[in-house]
Amino acid sequence: MTVHLSRRTFNALLGSTLGAGLVALAAPRRSAAATSEITVLNWKGYGTDEAFALKDFAAATGITVKHDYFSSEAEMLTKLRTNPGAYDVVLINSARTQQAQGEGLIDAVDLGAVPNAKDLAPSLKDHPNLQAGGKPYGVAWVWGMNSLGVRHGKVMDAQSWAIFSDPKYASRLALLDDPTTVIGIGALLTGQDINNPKDLNAVVAALKAMKPNVKLLWSSEDQWNKAFSADAFDISVYWSGAAARSIKVHNLPVDFIVPKEGAIGWLDGLSVPASSSKKPAALQFVNYMIDPKFYVTWATQAGAPASANTAAMAQLPADDLNRQIHKSEYLTKLQFMSALPDDRRQAFNDAWEEVKAFYAK
Amino acid sequence: MATRAAPESTAVEDGARIRGSPRIGTRPGWRIASLLAPAYAWLTLAVFLPLGCMLFFSVLKAAPFGNHPLAFTVENYLAFIRRPYLFDVAWTSIRIGLWTTGLCAAIGLPAAIALARATRGRARQVIFLLVILPFWTNGLVRIFSWTMVLREGGLLDGALHLVASSAPSLSLLYSFPAIIIGLVHAYLPYMVLTCYLSAAAIEDAHIEAARSLGARAPMIFWKIILPLCLPGLTSGSILIFVPVIGSFMEPRILGGRVGVTMGTVIEDQFVQAFNWPLGAALSFTMLAVVLVIFAASSRLLGRIGPR
Repeated sequence: MTVHLSRRTFNALLGSTLGAGLVALAAPRRSAAATSEITVLNWKGYGTDEAFALKDFAAATGITVKHDYFSSEAEMLTKLRTNPGAYDVVLINSARTQQAQGEGLIDAVDLGAVPNAKDLAPSLKDHPNLQAGGKPYGVAWVWGMNSLGVRHGKVMDAQSWAIFSDPKYASRLALLDDPTTVIGIGALLTGQDINNPKDLNAVVAALKAMKPNVKLLWSSEDQWNKAFSADAFDISVYWSGAAARSIKVHNLPVDFIVPKEGAIGWLDGLSVPASSSKKPAALQFVNYMIDPKFYVTWATQAGAPASANTAAMAQLPADDLNRQIHKSEYLTKLQFMSALPDDRRQAFNDAWEEVKAFYAK
Repeated sequence: MATRAAPESTAVEDGARIRGSPRIGTRPGWRIASLLAPAYAWLTLAVFLPLGCMLFFSVLKAAPFGNHPLAFTVENYLAFIRRPYLFDVAWTSIRIGLWTTGLCAAIGLPAAIALARATRGRARQVIFLLVILPFWTNGLVRIFSWTMVLREGGLLDGALHLVASSAPSLSLLYSFPAIIIGLVHAYLPYMVLTCYLSAAAIEDAHIEAARSLGARAPMIFWKIILPLCLPGLTSGSILIFVPVIGSFMEPRILGGRVGVTMGTVIEDQFVQAFNWPLGAALSFTMLAVVLVIFAASSRLLGRIGPR
């Protein structure tokens, strides 16, 4: 059957389609103008608050981005719980995404509204930690490793986590003051699952054996950099992205190594709080955050963890530190941190508190 | 605590009440209530409300946020039995408290006596200002500047090597003494100020009488000045000991591996483990320990005190 369209009908149709299109185009602009300000909850200095990004994003969408910061993941959850409606985008470590979802703090993300999600590495985009009830509750943003950061030229034999209790490095070790990370190291050393070690006593024993080596416990990147440049320690567990920044920004002689037992992987996702009233604008920002253009500038100018977006990683220069540190072959050696049930989290906390008390004795 | 700790200020108030009593005495209840109400309303709001909340939290199973239903337990108060390592931690805290208080007393009392008895007018004002100066800087800034001074290759190390170039390198940072140094710096003014009040109230006649009876300086200090300064020493010690055993910033930043105290354990429960109930229960346990220590020490002080 042939359909005959008169010129007038065609014009009318064309007009209405165009009109609808224009309305559709204009609509998000209007809503963007109406919700011209969103608030992001994140670590300070962690990508979303890069000055160039805020300028770029505001120029492209008319949305200005405000920030509030947390200094621990628990504080982030506290802020979400106690300030409903205050935040529109929140950075959540994928190990905590299901916890936040379980408490009703965040909403499922419509990946259709995030066009750049198509280039995310499938294993990260669909990582079980980000899913609940078959729906994604976070957009995979950046990933990295907690592994060995050692002083270049002074520590040559860093092949195993066992150097943490090697008498050669007495009083030269800095541990991260974080139960999940240190229990993870103990689990790797004793050949166990970092998220569910069957023999927690063996983990505690392995950590206690490090006592003569432990000089300090660090809890922020700034503290790590200051202590490392003051020559307070030579070996440490460190964040891969922070290692790239320490080398690039602070000119510190850091070697970042994944030892033979493997390392702890982490994946940070961006989520939208259930209490946000500006969800479309929030998703626009999330989309911009996984845009290769943003990532390449962030990674090359300031230093960043590895992007979950394969297209973004491919656009980095070949000699980029980030590309060198986050080797794809490492992905198979990583155990990713995942959600912990309350009782196990408490057990990890108690174990670490006990180890710390032993260190101080 | 505070009212018992400052008898000399009560004496001043007594004097004021005697002088002012005819006017206040006309309609005592009403006037006194109107004078006391703002302070007590504020104290109720600022002290008892949060403390009450924390007391409530301490008997919960989980922090009352999110979807947790309320469930009560006394499990949190058994923390010391379930986690014996806490005894070590508590002992570290108490040791830090004793060292800090002791050093503050040893440094602060002579300074207060000198201030009260040997300075006059403008000089006294300037020296006073210098005592209070630490209060004007942010605590965190003070601690971080100590890291610059105490670390290996820091100011102290550098100064030592200027004097004795062959000396081994000196690194106090991340050690027990570093915590004490930071805390003494922060709390010394309290001791100087409370002891100053006591020392300034000592009448010259007492000392002149002792001298005329042949007492030498050490005897005067031991028999007259020290007993009369005891109220100031006690209140200063309480003002210092209580916050010091709960301190967490100094141990964390200056203490490194050894900086694990009740303060840091409690802080961890709040910011890291999100176990507010356990944190609250530990705080109240600590409060009980402090009260027991004070009860014991006040009895002790009462025996050797002036009365």
